[in-house]
Amino acid sequence: MSSNVQRKIASVALIVGLFVVWEVLCLAFGVSDSVLPRPSQVFVTLWQRMPALWPHTLQTLYTTMLGFVLGVGIGIVIGVLIGWSKLAYDVAYPLLVGFSSIPKVAVVPIFVLYFGAGTVPAVLTALIMSIFPVVVNVATGLATTEPELEDVMKTLRATKFDILWNVGLPRAMPYFFASLKVAVTLAFVGSVISETVASNRGIGNVMMIASASFDVPLVFAGLFILAALGIALYGMFSLVENRITGWAHRKTEFAMG
Amino acid sequence: MNAPAPIVPLASDAIPAGPVVEPSHVDAYVELERATVTYGRAPNLVHALAETSLRIAKGDFVALVGPSGCGKSTILKMVGGILRASTGFVYVAGREVGAEPVRIGMAFQNPTMLPWLSIRDNVMMPLKIVPPFRGEYRAKRKTEFRDRVEALLAQVGLAGFGDKHPWQLSGGMLQRASLCRALVHEPQLLLLDEPFGALDQFTREELWAIMQQLWITRRPTVLLVTHDLREAGYLANRICVMSARPGRIVDDRVFEAPRPRTLAMTYEPDFVAMTQRLRELIVESRGDVPATV
Repeated sequence: MSSNVQRKIASVALIVGLFVVWEVLCLAFGVSDSVLPRPSQVFVTLWQRMPALWPHTLQTLYTTMLGFVLGVGIGIVIGVLIGWSKLAYDVAYPLLVGFSSIPKVAVVPIFVLYFGAGTVPAVLTALIMSIFPVVVNVATGLATTEPELEDVMKTLRATKFDILWNVGLPRAMPYFFASLKVAVTLAFVGSVISETVASNRGIGNVMMIASASFDVPLVFAGLFILAALGIALYGMFSLVENRITGWAHRKTEFAMG
Repeated sequence: MNAPAPIVPLASDAIPAGPVVEPSHVDAYVELERATVTYGRAPNLVHALAETSLRIAKGDFVALVGPSGCGKSTILKMVGGILRASTGFVYVAGREVGAEPVRIGMAFQNPTMLPWLSIRDNVMMPLKIVPPFRGEYRAKRKTEFRDRVEALLAQVGLAGFGDKHPWQLSGGMLQRASLCRALVHEPQLLLLDEPFGALDQFTREELWAIMQQLWITRRPTVLLVTHDLREAGYLANRICVMSARPGRIVDDRVFEAPRPRTLAMTYEPDFVAMTQRLRELIVESRGDVPATV
């Protein structure tokens, strides 16, 4: 336990230390705040501009979460279909790989073409970004069921659905929750890219406008907000993961000889 | 394919093992009729099991021994309905396998407990799936079924471990739980694929006694696959020796020692002579290896 606390203190110290070094180096070399603002300037900007930034933060959070939730839902369905049936896996996998290897930023103009600039393309970009990790992880989790366990289930005359429900899905849970952490950060990337390219709201848009007017501290303020949101969501899903799939992280210290 | 396996009763043996009187077609609980199993396609065809016929009486305890890869597990899988015979027939309870809703329990060398469930829920899993328990599962899982699982766990020495999770138990304890899972739905047929193979000698012997006790009290028909000849002699009423791949039964003998059997019995000269003879048969059947040991 105490080593755990030590590790936490160390990682907080690392973050604080990074900011301090950044601050000191900027002061020492007299770096202009239109090139690289000091962290203190960024925090001041954050504080002063928060009333204006807050609606944009909410907008980004909203598009990200909506796209993420939809993407995860679709990802689960596709993942279960693919993991369930060897045929579906073999048939659909090349398509999925092709689909996932398209740089997602390239599809934003298409979404804008169909739906106009604004919220919808941001949601859709977040959605397609978050699908793939979920699909791959759920399918992998389902496909790694121990063959002996399946034999046990077959001798019990379990239906395919019984096996999926009692063995496959619980086994896929750790993979699924691991993929959520990845998917939620990717969803952020998607929505911010889309906001940057084509939107009049959201943190991505704020950063775009700020950089156009050389308001570099504001650009960094946007960056900090994104980092904070990303960390918060990542932490949230880690917590959920540990609560639900603690069995996958075996506590060997309890094992008996 | 090969001719039906000649059954070689060894009259010279000085042990109470005798020629098998197979149950008639009508009485047999499990019956293989000229069953063969081949894997793969024409150029890469693998004959896992040569033509094999075997009849097992209801309530009998039969051990299958033989060299690795001789098709022992293949027979088990056919009887369990996991694998289909390529030719020939497999009957359980007088019907072709899969047609009759026979309750089957199965345990492997690997206990295959589900890590996210407690031991109790793991053991209860068959009740959730197999009719007629399936329909009553929701209503009885906190009462009658729970008591039944607890009683079974107590019988194998795991009283009080129901709430533990699999990672908290040792290999031997997990294997006991695995036996409970194989028995909880009162199977008429119990299929054991080297269930004690991964355990140390002492734990293994302990579990033999437990297995024997479970068989005596419940009397399922048991088919046990094992490498351990002492295990086969200790547990089984009848021992079938299989040849190397493609497997067939080369020796089939009844072993009638009084029950409950004891570990001391396995060190008596008669018993040792029998396991010695089984060993020779297996070494001979391997063929490719010089029979010096």
